Amino acid sequence: MGTMAASVEEISAAAPQALELHALQHLGELRSTFESGRTRPLAWRQDQLRGLLRLLAEKEEEAFRALHDDLGKHRAEAYRDEVWAPLVAFPADAQVVPEPLGVVLIFSCWNFPLGLSLEPLIGAIAAGNAVVLKPSELAPATAKFLEDNIGDYMDATAVKVVQGGPAVGEQLMEHRWDKVLFTGCPRVARMVMAAASKHLTPVALELGGKCPCIFDSASVGTGRNLQTSVNRVIFAKWSSCAGQACVAIDYILVEERFAPTLIKMLKSTLKRLMADSDQMARIVNARHFQRLSGLLKDPAVAASVLYGGKLDAKNLCIEPTILLNPPLDSAIMTEEIFGPLLPIITVKKIEDSIAFVRARPKPLAVYAFTNSAPLKRRIVEETSSGSVTFNDAVVQYGIDTLPFGGVGQSGFGQYHGKYSFEMFSHKKAVLKRGFLVEAMLRYPPWDEQKIAMMRHLYRYNYIRFIFTFLGLSRT
Amino acid sequence: MEESRAAAVQELRARFAAGTTRPAEWRAKQLRGVLRMATEMEAEICDALHADVGKPKTEAHVHEVDISGQVVVLVCLEESQEMDETQEVLSLDPVIGAIAAGNAVVLKPSEVAPATSSLLAELLPRYIDSTCIKVVEGGVSETTAPLELKWDKIFYTGNSKVGRIVMASAAKHLTPVVLELGGKCPVVVDSNVNLHVTAKRIAAGKWGCNNGQACIAPDFIITTESFAPKLLEALKKVLEKFYGKDPLLSEDLSRVVTPNHFNRLLDLMDDEMVSDKIVFGGQRDEQKLKIAPTIFLDVPLDSAMMKEEIFGPLLPIITVDKIHESLGLINSMTKPLAAYLFTRDSKLQKQFESTISAGGMLLNDTSVHLTNPHLPFGGVGESGTGSYHGRFTFDAFSHGKAVLHRGFGGEAKARYPPYSSAKLKILKGVLAGKLGAHIQAILGFPRGK
Repeated sequence: MGTMAASVEEISAAAPQALELHALQHLGELRSTFESGRTRPLAWRQDQLRGLLRLLAEKEEEAFRALHDDLGKHRAEAYRDEVWAPLVAFPADAQVVPEPLGVVLIFSCWNFPLGLSLEPLIGAIAAGNAVVLKPSELAPATAKFLEDNIGDYMDATAVKVVQGGPAVGEQLMEHRWDKVLFTGCPRVARMVMAAASKHLTPVALELGGKCPCIFDSASVGTGRNLQTSVNRVIFAKWSSCAGQACVAIDYILVEERFAPTLIKMLKSTLKRLMADSDQMARIVNARHFQRLSGLLKDPAVAASVLYGGKLDAKNLCIEPTILLNPPLDSAIMTEEIFGPLLPIITVKKIEDSIAFVRARPKPLAVYAFTNSAPLKRRIVEETSSGSVTFNDAVVQYGIDTLPFGGVGQSGFGQYHGKYSFEMFSHKKAVLKRGFLVEAMLRYPPWDEQKIAMMRHLYRYNYIRFIFTFLGLSRT
Repeated sequence: MEESRAAAVQELRARFAAGTTRPAEWRAKQLRGVLRMATEMEAEICDALHADVGKPKTEAHVHEVDISGQVVVLVCLEESQEMDETQEVLSLDPVIGAIAAGNAVVLKPSEVAPATSSLLAELLPRYIDSTCIKVVEGGVSETTAPLELKWDKIFYTGNSKVGRIVMASAAKHLTPVVLELGGKCPVVVDSNVNLHVTAKRIAAGKWGCNNGQACIAPDFIITTESFAPKLLEALKKVLEKFYGKDPLLSEDLSRVVTPNHFNRLLDLMDDEMVSDKIVFGGQRDEQKLKIAPTIFLDVPLDSAMMKEEIFGPLLPIITVDKIHESLGLINSMTKPLAAYLFTRDSKLQKQFESTISAGGMLLNDTSVHLTNPHLPFGGVGESGTGSYHGRFTFDAFSHGKAVLHRGFGGEAKARYPPYSSAKLKILKGVLAGKLGAHIQAILGFPRGK
């Protein structure tokens, strides 16, 4: 997999990539643990989950530090997105009837390195599996935190953390797993699924996409609702790991005539809420910083910047940036931005947004700020996305009764709450019969009479069935 | 050929994008069309199935035209209509679910059953909207070509070798797949059973369905050394009753589908590791591609017959000392599509249920679990991924989209930067469900920034 090796460069450590063989050798141990039945009893699973709760309670400070090291993430954001969200994922009741799949592999992503590791881990354990967790090497402090602590709070014979980069990921995928959950980008997802196909390993892919925000100014109005909406847009774009989130608002669609008001409000609110740079996470690493700066280098795109645009390469900070109508074929409008740059695209009528969204790959989320019931209905029925949220954004992630997952290019497989349990379970159909009721119709030798009787039975025609049985009906 | 196929797919995409497949009326119309086709063309369908696999008319009715159970397709329509008693043809069960879920569909029937394949290609357009539902015929190359295209879902029923190819192709486009594969479905037979009924049900599941060429057909039996002779006698009696003294002459026995598979089965039978273990049957007719029900006793576990899915009328009986040893033996193999247990011992039943992993399991019978529309039908591990039947087919071809409606009220300042420890305190309280924190949040605390 040549392309996977190419991205080794993004690992800024000077030391060569050490292949993590340690846990691969222990893959056998995990299998034995699972086969011994250790992960099945409800008590064991509850124990593990309680251990996780204790971990989050006792090691909160260390976790926050690691997240800050990795991403410059503010504690509040860290708490909300990484500690609380996984806790919400605790299912209310675990069913014993569906069976665990066995030994599962979870790849988590660097932007919510704690949350995206723990949420699926909770589901997998609740379902009774043994787990290998491979956190992203792009958030090394959090990965190390997980490696150092998970074993102290959970059963280390059944839950293992493997550190490393793409080469380790490749090695892991050479083995058969009972399920693989991958959170990340489509490019790597393709490689994961291709590798999984060799062993018929089922996969779930949590990807992203360009999540649009349809801003129906006409129905939102200019009063308090407008301010509330703008607050929520800012929250969804810049307070979510500086836009580096699969569910962050990628771009806004607004009617031409309302754009100036919206932009004005965004600017003033940004000044108020995000005056200090430490209120926003930084860009994860130099490679992504280059990528984002590169998006702005295109002269037509640079010309469309209305606010922000300041780049601080040393600290990997890009200030909240707003653009107005960059060219639709520019990279910023064709690739997932995953950063603090917000293009605003104007349309003649807000309904035109629907065709705009439909013409593009299916995103993980579609957002719309609107009070118009017909528009809401059209958005739900005519666009396709992992989910739709009206008058807010990102918050759907925290509601554990809603399934979370993509469709089309944004992935497949859903989790959160009870869906996490189901994602890592096999729903085994079990049918029980006795010996008493025997239908001789089932068995050869067959004849027209038997066929006729069967036909009558299937159509609930009991009278004709009896007649045929008694030989009183011609077949 | 390539261009016309690509053009056909383009048409499907356009029709779907235009919303043709969405209205309840359209879907209902298609499903009624399928129903009418199965009813009006029953004779032609049975003829095609007989031409392809020598399928006896009864099997054709029960397993393919009439249903071996009722398939109730629950379609969640605006008017909450219920489509009941939709009759299925095996190829069409997934198609029915896909249509019910509002999709445009390409159906590629197996080229190994050419008569049925061409019949479907000919009939379907007469009964349903062929701008949205197309049949593509052909062999390996005609299967590989469509796999290069982007689909929103791929549903494959077949063997695990091709299953891997399908999944690898799907990976290029991040297409989700349902793979209905097979495996070696074991039958564990305890000694405390009603022997006659057990023998009948095993025989019906094994030879009464395409002569063993079915994914859920019992592949092999495990029983105790002491019970094996009795079970064998019971099976022999039942087989004679079903198929007469010369099974090759019985019209009630399907033939083997192709010369390739016929030769594959002969190789399994004549393998010197097992050829001396035949205790019943063994007759074969190369002209008619027929093999009689054949039973083996105690074949070596490393013989080809015990390593591959048999998919034919050969039935090995493996003996163990004590019946619960069967569990370890089954677990040493890859997970099958179905696992069967005949016993009256409830402790053994519980053990079986909790330690054996299979797509589905059945106690004291074979095969019939697939007729229950309320049970998901599908494999696990090597036997596949995803499930269908009844409501599950609809789900397999749908995306459950989460939709959240929020109002503008309930604004919590604590959500927004600039962050502070005061805000964090309130936030923690809210997230922990504390009423006081909720009240503070709603009242816009903390004051100031």
